Amino acid sequence: MTPCRSLAAAAILFALCVPGSSATAQETDLRPVQVGSKNFTENVLLGEMATLLIRTDGLPASHREAIGGTRVVFDALVAGDIDIYPEYTGTLKHEILADLELETQNDLRDALAERGLLLGPALGFQNNYALGMKARRADELGIRNISDLVRYPKLVFRFGNEFMDRRDGWPVLRDRYRLPQSDVRGVDHDIAYRGIDSGGADLIDLYTTDAEISYYGLRALEDDLGHFPSYEAVWLLRNDLLERAPDVIETLSQIGGQISEPDMIAMNARVKLDKTPAGLVAANFLRDRLGIRASFELESDLARFWRCTVEHLTLVGVSLGAAILVSIPLGIAAARHRRLGRLILSSVGVIQTIPSLALLVFMIPLLGIGGPPAMVALFLYSLLPVVRNTHAGLSGIPIQLRESAEALGLPPNARLRRIELPLAMPSILAGIKTSAVINVGTATLGALVGAGGYGQPILTGIRLDDVNLILQGAVPAAVLALLVQGFFDVTERVTVPKGLQLEAR
Amino acid sequence: MFSLRGISKAYDGVSAIDGCDLDVTPQRTTVLIGPSGCGKSTLLRLMIGLTSPDAGEVHFGKTPMTLDSAPGLRQRMGYVIQDGGLFPHLTAEANVTLMATYLGWETERVRSRVHELANLTQLPETALGRYPVELSGGQRQRVSLMRALMLDPDVLLLDEPLGALDPMIRFDLQSDLREIFETLKKTVVMVTHDMAEAVFFGDAIVLLRDGRIVQAGSFDQLRHAPEDEFVTRFLRAQRLPEVNPA
Repeated sequence: MTPCRSLAAAAILFALCVPGSSATAQETDLRPVQVGSKNFTENVLLGEMATLLIRTDGLPASHREAIGGTRVVFDALVAGDIDIYPEYTGTLKHEILADLELETQNDLRDALAERGLLLGPALGFQNNYALGMKARRADELGIRNISDLVRYPKLVFRFGNEFMDRRDGWPVLRDRYRLPQSDVRGVDHDIAYRGIDSGGADLIDLYTTDAEISYYGLRALEDDLGHFPSYEAVWLLRNDLLERAPDVIETLSQIGGQISEPDMIAMNARVKLDKTPAGLVAANFLRDRLGIRASFELESDLARFWRCTVEHLTLVGVSLGAAILVSIPLGIAAARHRRLGRLILSSVGVIQTIPSLALLVFMIPLLGIGGPPAMVALFLYSLLPVVRNTHAGLSGIPIQLRESAEALGLPPNARLRRIELPLAMPSILAGIKTSAVINVGTATLGALVGAGGYGQPILTGIRLDDVNLILQGAVPAAVLALLVQGFFDVTERVTVPKGLQLEAR
Repeated sequence: MFSLRGISKAYDGVSAIDGCDLDVTPQRTTVLIGPSGCGKSTLLRLMIGLTSPDAGEVHFGKTPMTLDSAPGLRQRMGYVIQDGGLFPHLTAEANVTLMATYLGWETERVRSRVHELANLTQLPETALGRYPVELSGGQRQRVSLMRALMLDPDVLLLDEPLGALDPMIRFDLQSDLREIFETLKKTVVMVTHDMAEAVFFGDAIVLLRDGRIVQAGSFDQLRHAPEDEFVTRFLRAQRLPEVNPA
């Protein structure tokens, strides 16, 4: 029977993919150096640069770009999902390890060593936090220092989401300067720039190396009470990377102290404003400044499309397949035992109410970053429609038919297999179809935890304000949803017994 | 064949059967009749174990009907309900052979039995490959009867088997059914609300009212020696012409 065959395929898919996440000891030696980066342009660019450098020195390396915010990337480093990423000293001292109240650079080194981490060579520039306004508007109001803001309680503040609740971010800054503004909300850092340009915000947080500062004619306000620490760019790596790749420090030292603040701003501008691929900008810098010929291969649109498609289909296939395998038995159990049924239906219902973003992030501590947490989250989301429709399909079988099967003398399991499941098949398939379509759409969020898929071009497009890139993710995701729907329409024609598809005469 | 002793059954506190004793004579047709809600269908469902009594015992032969014994006993009974109860996802033939296939009968044995039953019930062989929705009401009842007879059961239980058919088809099927019963010499228990049908089929007629058996006996006994004024009223309400059972 065809449903059995497709279930089996899903089971095999699941079995193949899940062990893939746990590498054996032997494989670890061959594992490429995993470079990570946070989800903003400069960090991605530096991640590209590190990847190119390490590869040039003959080690395999891959870049898991824009995995998430500070906390996600740092946790991924501690968990060993990545080996190295660019970080900033101020963020380490005042956000990630703020509880320890570290004073000196040595304190920081000790604290990191306790976590199996190592502070690598500094890059040469600082990327500090600052508050910025349109220069003209600041002049109109006579604002030069952050203290001046106290006189203008009506100003609209829009901060990057991370800045809103960082320990060195808005809450502490507000208390320090006794700022009275109440219209303060979090937005995506990249979108904040567009907000201030369109007049939707009076003041935003800046990273001082952001290219947009001069592009949008913004001015960084003087931090006259010295609230912001300095954020020196450094490589942060795992100690055990040195066992696998002892020369990696030396490799990275080649750009130690070589990138000045104007250099970084110029590179950010190339990526952000000129839409040059980050890898190309990084490769050019290595060649022009250090004479290092890094071979950078630009991933063609087609290659990226293919990679994203494979990643997306894997996410959907594994999560949906596993969900079907689990949901149908759950639906059967729910239909057979009324009290258990209520418990099952309300449990899967509650799972559905967890916001998908939150569910994805809950998975990170358990499963790290990448495919597995996204698959588990998608799996959980796919349960409800199938469980509910299996239950409804079985419960909706007319009593005469159920009793006719019983009266024939068929035992319960044979009744289920030969009569009840085939009769419930249209309803079960409708549930699977609903799950699949939701799954394809929700899987775009997997990119937030580094799972790739069509969500990745969408996220990168949002970051770089590149509509073309957004469409490269959004359009295939929509088309895939339609294809999946079409696939299940055909499956329905094949697997729903013919007698149930005929019109009564 | 069946013996029911002290049976009571209530649904949600409403009594459906209230202290019934009944013995079903082998190789005879027993008809259960009575007004709506008198418990005649419940009595039939108790016999095949689709429902179990609150008090009393149902015996099939010498075996008590229990949850454990029911599946085995049911293979020795055939059950036909009003609209046939055919499985819509299976063809007529698959409906008929479902149980035999499950029990692992050989293909040849299945085929010859289906052929035999199609002849017996006068179902055209072309109808065997059709799905229930493609069959007429009368054909559906013939298929349902074939399904009930497939394992050559000792007993046929029929719950208003002709209730949903229009009068002409019903008339033909009544004649065919009686002929089949006479040929097979099976024990038959049939539920109906139609006295003419009861008289036509029934060697014994069991009249029920409010979950109790009012009188059991032949039509003549009911007509000439009513045990209760209700018997007379019930017969009169059916507006029977003077019937002379053949």
